[in-house]
Amino acid sequence: MEDMTHVDRAMSTQLDVKISAKGVQVHYGDTQALKDVNVEIDDKTVTAFIGPSGCGKSTFLRCINRMNDTIDIARVTGDIRIDGEDIYDPKVDPVQLRAKVGMVFQKPNPFPKSIYDNVAYGPKIHGMARNKADLDEIVEKSLRKAALWGEAKDRLNAPGTSLSGGQQQRLCIARAIATAPEVLLMDEPCSALDPIATAQVEELIDELRQSFSVVIVTHSMQQAARVSQKTAFFHLGNLVEYDDTDKIFTNPQDPRTESYISGRIG
Amino acid sequence: MKTSLLTRDTHTRKRNAAEARFKAYGLTAIVVAMLALLVLLSSVLSNGMSAFQQTFITLPVELVAERVDKKGNRDPAEMAKTTTIGYAPLLRAAIAAEVARQGLTTELADKALGELISKEAAATVRNRVLANPDLVGETVTFTLLASGRIDGFFKGRVTLETAALDGNTSPEALMIAQALADAGVIETRFNWKFFTAPDASVQRPEAAGLGVAILGSLYMMLVVLFLALPIGVASSIYLEEFAPQNRITDVIEVNISNLAAVPSIVYGILGLAIFINFMEFNQSSPLVGGLVLTLMTLPTIIISTRAALKSVPPSIRDAALGVGASKMQSVFHHVLPLAAPGILTGTIIGLAQALGETAPLLLIGMVAFVREYPAAYTPEAGLFGEASTALPVQVFNWTQRSDPAFVERASGAIITLLVFLLIMNAVAIYLRRRFERRW
Repeated sequence: MEDMTHVDRAMSTQLDVKISAKGVQVHYGDTQALKDVNVEIDDKTVTAFIGPSGCGKSTFLRCINRMNDTIDIARVTGDIRIDGEDIYDPKVDPVQLRAKVGMVFQKPNPFPKSIYDNVAYGPKIHGMARNKADLDEIVEKSLRKAALWGEAKDRLNAPGTSLSGGQQQRLCIARAIATAPEVLLMDEPCSALDPIATAQVEELIDELRQSFSVVIVTHSMQQAARVSQKTAFFHLGNLVEYDDTDKIFTNPQDPRTESYISGRIG
Repeated sequence: MKTSLLTRDTHTRKRNAAEARFKAYGLTAIVVAMLALLVLLSSVLSNGMSAFQQTFITLPVELVAERVDKKGNRDPAEMAKTTTIGYAPLLRAAIAAEVARQGLTTELADKALGELISKEAAATVRNRVLANPDLVGETVTFTLLASGRIDGFFKGRVTLETAALDGNTSPEALMIAQALADAGVIETRFNWKFFTAPDASVQRPEAAGLGVAILGSLYMMLVVLFLALPIGVASSIYLEEFAPQNRITDVIEVNISNLAAVPSIVYGILGLAIFINFMEFNQSSPLVGGLVLTLMTLPTIIISTRAALKSVPPSIRDAALGVGASKMQSVFHHVLPLAAPGILTGTIIGLAQALGETAPLLLIGMVAFVREYPAAYTPEAGLFGEASTALPVQVFNWTQRSDPAFVERASGAIITLLVFLLIMNAVAIYLRRRFERRW
């Protein structure tokens, strides 16, 4: 693909498997949304999920932090492990899991509270700060990591909703990373943003991968190519191909992947 | 053949005509409604505005020691043995003296002059003397209620013609009253006592007031607020957020919606059976009234709370869950604050409805004639356990009485009730505007 900018996002070689999924199936009532997905996602890497609409990538993403639990008709079967521990084990409290696995949604959804309270909410309910000074520090660190500190430090008490779209999404990212998660799930985080804000968020994602494992669902193949080291292609509920980003986009193995990348399907 | 855009075809014309007709129907409906409202309000206001005015006589009364303090020891306990009957001659003497002082002549005997003053006045004077025994022997100026017929004369209810046929007054009495008014002794002015005085007997409409009724209604509203709001909101949160989607939940929801449509008198029967007969609470107490009204208001609050909770966008809940909040935390920290304006509005509307309910209160016995202000708490009766009455019930009571002066008072009470309702609804609207959606 000549027209895709090929940014060199170098990957360190020695990486552990952070999330491993085996035989994952998801049913919404009678329809089956995911069929038998097997994938291993590495730590300190950005993994992109691409595929046409309705192929199951967001569904799979939401399985990783058990957000599908909130949907009554959803049934998840199979084995998903983070750091070797089965997250669907009855002993696991989904609330605790979600502190470890952060999520950023497609449409920026800051709480209608102040910027400070938005970021501080997670650490507060998980008891991560012993006093106000600790909390202030966590808020500042998260906002700096999300590249929002400069713009927000003078208006920490302004409502989160008073920021622009791109700033709101960065606030949501700051909020997600404030709980010091190990995995960051991002469901089409830039689809509601303009190109400049998108570029800022993509810069951010590249920095974040030094601390977390990031999984990003995206509709834009160009974005996947810019941002990720590994890419998984989903089609009609199946995980068709999973490989290094370079290889997927220059030399795909499966004909369906080829068709999608060249724009014939999707 | 092309049709020009500048001429309208039949199809369009017919449709425009139909829509214009429909608009006309709507406008007519609004005009009719406004007219009906206007008629209602003008009838109530014309009957009731005079209730806020009252006729008073200002007289110096000589508190003759021999009559008031027979033993001569200024002991209130002893002086209490003189009843209001003993004070009546003092008042008669006072008004006769005043008539003479003003230089007026009349054929009326002192007794008839005494009838210009309300029978309630003797109690007023007696209470003052018992509270201040050092006034005995002095001449003190009192502002006393004029009698019902005199009050009616100055408000246009009683005329010289009707007085000729009336057993309680006479044209001469009215004329002397007019003379006294011209001299400034009698005046008709704004009457705060209408709001603060307790109810009075049938013969003394001039003394009747809404004090007990307002207090009773206030107590009941407090009971409703402190019971219906938490229970209603908690049930609603449970049904909306935590209840599993099964048959039982559906049945509960359908039944709650139905309960909102049950006639209020049925709640009265329920209250009678459960609270008074079974649990043996005091009849006619604001506690029982409040409990019955709580049952009635619960469905309203539950339904409006559910609507408010439903209106919170799921993205907020998802965001909270995504950060690792539990369901409870996401509801209490995020959803509830955002639903608060809707809940508040629903609660105030429910309270306003409860304020005006009469039928259930009649069944639990709040029709009693209550003269003493109910205390909020007494050891014998418990919290809000003393007998009381309520605003709408007071209206009902007064309309049952034969003296036409009570028509005026009932209308005045209706105006008071309407004003309270207006205030509550205005507060609801203000709060809703103030806490408008901020996401």
